[in-house]
Amino acid sequence: MEIEVNGKSFETDEEGYLVNLAEWEPGIAEVMAKEDDLELTSEHWEILNFLREYYEEYQIAPAVRVLTKAVGKKLGAEKGNSKYLYSLFPYGPGKQACRFAGLPKPTGCI
Amino acid sequence: MAKTDFEVPELHEYVDVPALEEGVMAHLSPFVAKPDHQEPLNFPGELVEDWHDKTLAKLDDLRSRYRSLQVYLDACVKCGSCTDKCHYYLGTKDPKNMPVGRQDLLRKVYRRYFTFAGKYFPKLVGAEDLTRETLDDWYSYYHQCSQCRRCSVFCPYGIDTAEISMAAREILDSIGYGQKYCNEIIAKVFKIGNNLGLPGPALADTLEGLEEDVFDETGIEVKYPLDVKGADILLVTPSADFFAEPHVDGLIGYGKVFHEAGVSWTMSSHASEAANFGMFIGSYENMRRVSMRVREAALELGVKRIVFGECGHAWRVAYSFLNTLAGPFDFLDPDYPVPQHICEFTNDLIEKGKLNFDKSANDHMTLTFHDSCNVARATRMGDKPGGQFEIPRAVIKAVCNNYVDMHHETIGEKTYCCGGGGGLLTDDLMEIRVKGALPRMTALKNAVEEQGVTHMAAICAICKSQFTKVLPYYGMTMDQIVSVHQLVSNAIVLTGQKTEDDESEEQEAEG
Repeated sequence: MEIEVNGKSFETDEEGYLVNLAEWEPGIAEVMAKEDDLELTSEHWEILNFLREYYEEYQIAPAVRVLTKAVGKKLGAEKGNSKYLYSLFPYGPGKQACRFAGLPKPTGCI
Repeated sequence: MAKTDFEVPELHEYVDVPALEEGVMAHLSPFVAKPDHQEPLNFPGELVEDWHDKTLAKLDDLRSRYRSLQVYLDACVKCGSCTDKCHYYLGTKDPKNMPVGRQDLLRKVYRRYFTFAGKYFPKLVGAEDLTRETLDDWYSYYHQCSQCRRCSVFCPYGIDTAEISMAAREILDSIGYGQKYCNEIIAKVFKIGNNLGLPGPALADTLEGLEEDVFDETGIEVKYPLDVKGADILLVTPSADFFAEPHVDGLIGYGKVFHEAGVSWTMSSHASEAANFGMFIGSYENMRRVSMRVREAALELGVKRIVFGECGHAWRVAYSFLNTLAGPFDFLDPDYPVPQHICEFTNDLIEKGKLNFDKSANDHMTLTFHDSCNVARATRMGDKPGGQFEIPRAVIKAVCNNYVDMHHETIGEKTYCCGGGGGLLTDDLMEIRVKGALPRMTALKNAVEEQGVTHMAAICAICKSQFTKVLPYYGMTMDQIVSVHQLVSNAIVLTGQKTEDDESEEQEAEG
């Protein structure tokens, strides 16, 4: 599978994740979101940017609690919870947001 | 909740035995493993050219290695006892999801090539040729079995469909037709140390965050140590406990219990996974390789005891197979079980009166307990029969005022699978996961409506994740599933911890 972004095509796997993570660019997140009937707002991008920063440091997506804590510190306690993240990414912050942000899919008993 | 392109079953008071609808689930197969997922497990990267001969040779090998498999393939008398016992049949109506129907997929090939009657009079005994289509049928329906072993409780011969399903997956892997979900994960364990692929620094960062959170909440410095040499206890827990909710709330609870017990403990970045998907794919070799990491970590860190966290099939591997796979554990302290379940550990302290609880901390909930299949039917806890049912309930009752059981036909050794066990906890199998959850969701909904249950506790990472996903399909909410040690964590009063009463008294004194 592949997706078209700004005239370039990017290979994705059967679950819609980018195959070559190094190719990621913001337009990819926009196109993937559109396919999921989502419009990315600045609230979404706050999360996506955090995911990318964390990934660059640790080579893995942050644990849900690490993510909610960071969001809570930055955006206020009322947003530091899973409910807020699911309201932005209904398929789940771990899976949907990671896919948009060009992170590998978290696997395992989750 | 994601969009669905399948019909979600409606909940009624009882789960009716449905009229058969042949082939309705034939379309559902998980993603196939790629060479990158296959080769680290020593399986061929893709379907081999001589798959026909290789399949029969592997089947022959397995039936000679595992006498149980030979007996199961021979012993079925088609009595029908198992037919309505599988949650996947009840939820899908597909006769190949009846345990006997599932077994027959392999049995008919076994009969055709390995029995006298099947060789010469195949039609009389339901024997069939092995074809390319047979492989696809196996791939589809042996990945619609969670190996929960409920059917085996009702089989008068004790035929264990899980072992047949494991054998079928082992055959498929051996000819290069493996499942992406399981095999990608096992490869990650070999490379990084856990199913999630959490490297050591990410683990350390996550645990440091938990220490901060517990300190903020209680004012007590509870440690969540990683790779500490010379600690007494090695905790091996599913990596979902680091990553997901409500799992992590359970991990927080284990740490508080260890803290109160005054023992030295550690986790290991090398053995940062309790789960062992080698069992799901029926591969003794891979199950052993995963298990050896626990032994290596225990030796490297010089621990005296091993405790397992809340993980269903991990406890089966640990309780039933660990000594054979990775033993002998003669370097551990013989005064304690090798290994020990975290619920046994906590319950011992409760019985000795060493933990203080404020049960009212859980008063906003009425709890019930979901017996996880592998714990219920393949293990034990404590030193009495049925301890695996009694001990987790004893822990919950010690920390909660409101507890009721679900219908007796759906708990204990007759417990229904969550619907996501045995390597099925992947998005590409969501349809079977949702449909297979029907019996458990029915029992839970009844307990909600009749007994005011608000939350269900479990001691398995897969169960917790599965319920988080499927509860919304049945009109309930994802946060209705909780960890048992989350309840412990809520109620435990740490030594020196200020309770709300203390704080208000202080305020009064100051005021």
